[in-house]
Amino acid sequence: MANVAHVASAPADAIPKRPSLVGTFIKQQPLGFAGLLVVLLYVTFALGARWIAPYDPEAVDFGAMLSAPDREHLFGTDQYGRDVFSRIVYGSRTALAVGILSAITGCSLGAVLGAASGYFGGRTDAIIQRFVDIMLSFPIIVLAMVVVAVLGKRVVFGIDVNLIAAIALPFIPKMARIARSSTLSIVAMPFIDAAKAAGYSSSRIVLRHILPNIIAPYLIMVTAFIAQAILLEASLSFLGLGVTEPTPAWGLMLSGTSADFYKTAPWMILFPGLAITLAVFAFNLFGDSLRDWLDPKMKG
Amino acid sequence: MLTFLVRRLLLIIPTMVGVAIAVFFLIRVMPGDVVVVKLRADGAAVSEETIQAERKRLGLDKPLYEQFGEYLWGLARFDLGKSLWTGESVGREIATRFPVSFQVAIMATLIAVLIAVPLGTLSALYRDTWIDYVVRVLAVSGLAIPSFWLGMLIILMLLSVFNWLPKIGYVSIFEDPVANLSALIWPALSVGYRYAAVATRMMRSALLEVFREDYIRTARAKGVYQKLVVRRHALRNSLLPVVTVVGLEFAFLIGGLVVTEQVFNLNGIGKLFVDATTRGDFNLIQGLVLLIAMIFIVVNLIVDLIYGMLDPRIRLS
Repeated sequence: MANVAHVASAPADAIPKRPSLVGTFIKQQPLGFAGLLVVLLYVTFALGARWIAPYDPEAVDFGAMLSAPDREHLFGTDQYGRDVFSRIVYGSRTALAVGILSAITGCSLGAVLGAASGYFGGRTDAIIQRFVDIMLSFPIIVLAMVVVAVLGKRVVFGIDVNLIAAIALPFIPKMARIARSSTLSIVAMPFIDAAKAAGYSSSRIVLRHILPNIIAPYLIMVTAFIAQAILLEASLSFLGLGVTEPTPAWGLMLSGTSADFYKTAPWMILFPGLAITLAVFAFNLFGDSLRDWLDPKMKG
Repeated sequence: MLTFLVRRLLLIIPTMVGVAIAVFFLIRVMPGDVVVVKLRADGAAVSEETIQAERKRLGLDKPLYEQFGEYLWGLARFDLGKSLWTGESVGREIATRFPVSFQVAIMATLIAVLIAVPLGTLSALYRDTWIDYVVRVLAVSGLAIPSFWLGMLIILMLLSVFNWLPKIGYVSIFEDPVANLSALIWPALSVGYRYAAVATRMMRSALLEVFREDYIRTARAKGVYQKLVVRRHALRNSLLPVVTVVGLEFAFLIGGLVVTEQVFNLNGIGKLFVDATTRGDFNLIQGLVLLIAMIFIVVNLIVDLIYGMLDPRIRLS
């Protein structure tokens, strides 16, 4: 009794404060935090493009064609006199929008597919796994290109939804594989038996009981796939199969005519490529740290 | 060994049938219409009759099971159909482009292995020293740099330092090895970098793991020289995961080629694939996708054979 009274009357500051999530992440994963800062910089670029970019990214100015980087044009201009820095700032909008949307779409579909595969087992599992095996044997860009070829373009709210579908598709089997193995360990838990005993439907068990429990691998895969999606979007746009002119996109800035300007205007090649590399690098760094932090078992 | 090989070769048949079915459905059953995409690509006003006529010409108006039967029958005779764009047979189109891509892929693999094994070993031996940090930074950036941009940087460097560019147009290595190699080494380097990066990381972590094994401690306790410990005992055991990664990443290598061939203007499989996609030539796309699946299967078989060579404990049966 005395003990209880003592605890209750203890001053509030004696109770150790739970360290904040962000604080522990910074302390344990300094590199990942650096990655996060760069990611946030890109997010700021994307959201505040209108105020950050000094010029209109699509404004043609033949008076300033191919001018070298100087005070007026930080990263120089392209063959139409468009400001390269402004195009990179606006390009982060395209990269992040396509990257984030396709990573989330692909991971969500993959998670449901993998959870269903692991939960139902048996023939369903066998069929889904064969399908996943076949999909995994293709390079992601090949799958994406097949989808681009079949679906063509469909622009909704300024975003090509078919491009997002094309980039999301290769992520589905990868996420399905991981979601399946996580599900197999969850299915063995007593609370799934309890849910079954309570007479819940299979879809309710998968959606309400299994999926919330694989949120950690889901988050890890989403960040890793955003990096891959940005790279894939840049590659497709470079090939002329992704975003099209005049929309500012990093891959597009490197494509087509700009190759004629290797000698006269190397800044047209250097800066957009750097923007892609830095973005992919930052997301990879952040994703790796997030993995180590959330789920050290996945390390490897 | 022979039975293993024969069984694996026979197993290719059902796998390829699975892939063929997947490709068929991917292209024909997905929402969207290749004919519409092809004819109305640039917003051209094409009448419904023209589209129907084109569909009929390509045999797309037939019921799905009939199309599927014809497709499988064609495959059984190794007939992949005709390119919708050039009218040439798909097999022929692919065969003329194959040598360039094949050579670049082999060169990139060699480059990757030649870089990854020594660098990964150094990195593991000098763990947490500046050598290790340099290697790890190089490896991590290899994962972030798009291969096509690296290719452009190489061209930029060749132009500004040597004021020289490799000649456009492919010469067979048997005709003129110097011209061939001096043109193809650059694309091989730019796709090989990512490949090397992945393999280096794997080499480092595999070697670090092996160093913790008892038999390494035993070897050291017996007084075996460090050099011999690394070469005889550690390296051989750590190569297995590296071989796996090299095999798995071969698929990515083809993906890298698709983009890099465009940068160096190489007329290979990758460029053919890009052209086929832009033109909506789905017969060609189908053939190329099957080819890529086939390559993946063969590479996996080779990886399994190498396992047996590296580690006699793995029985190929």
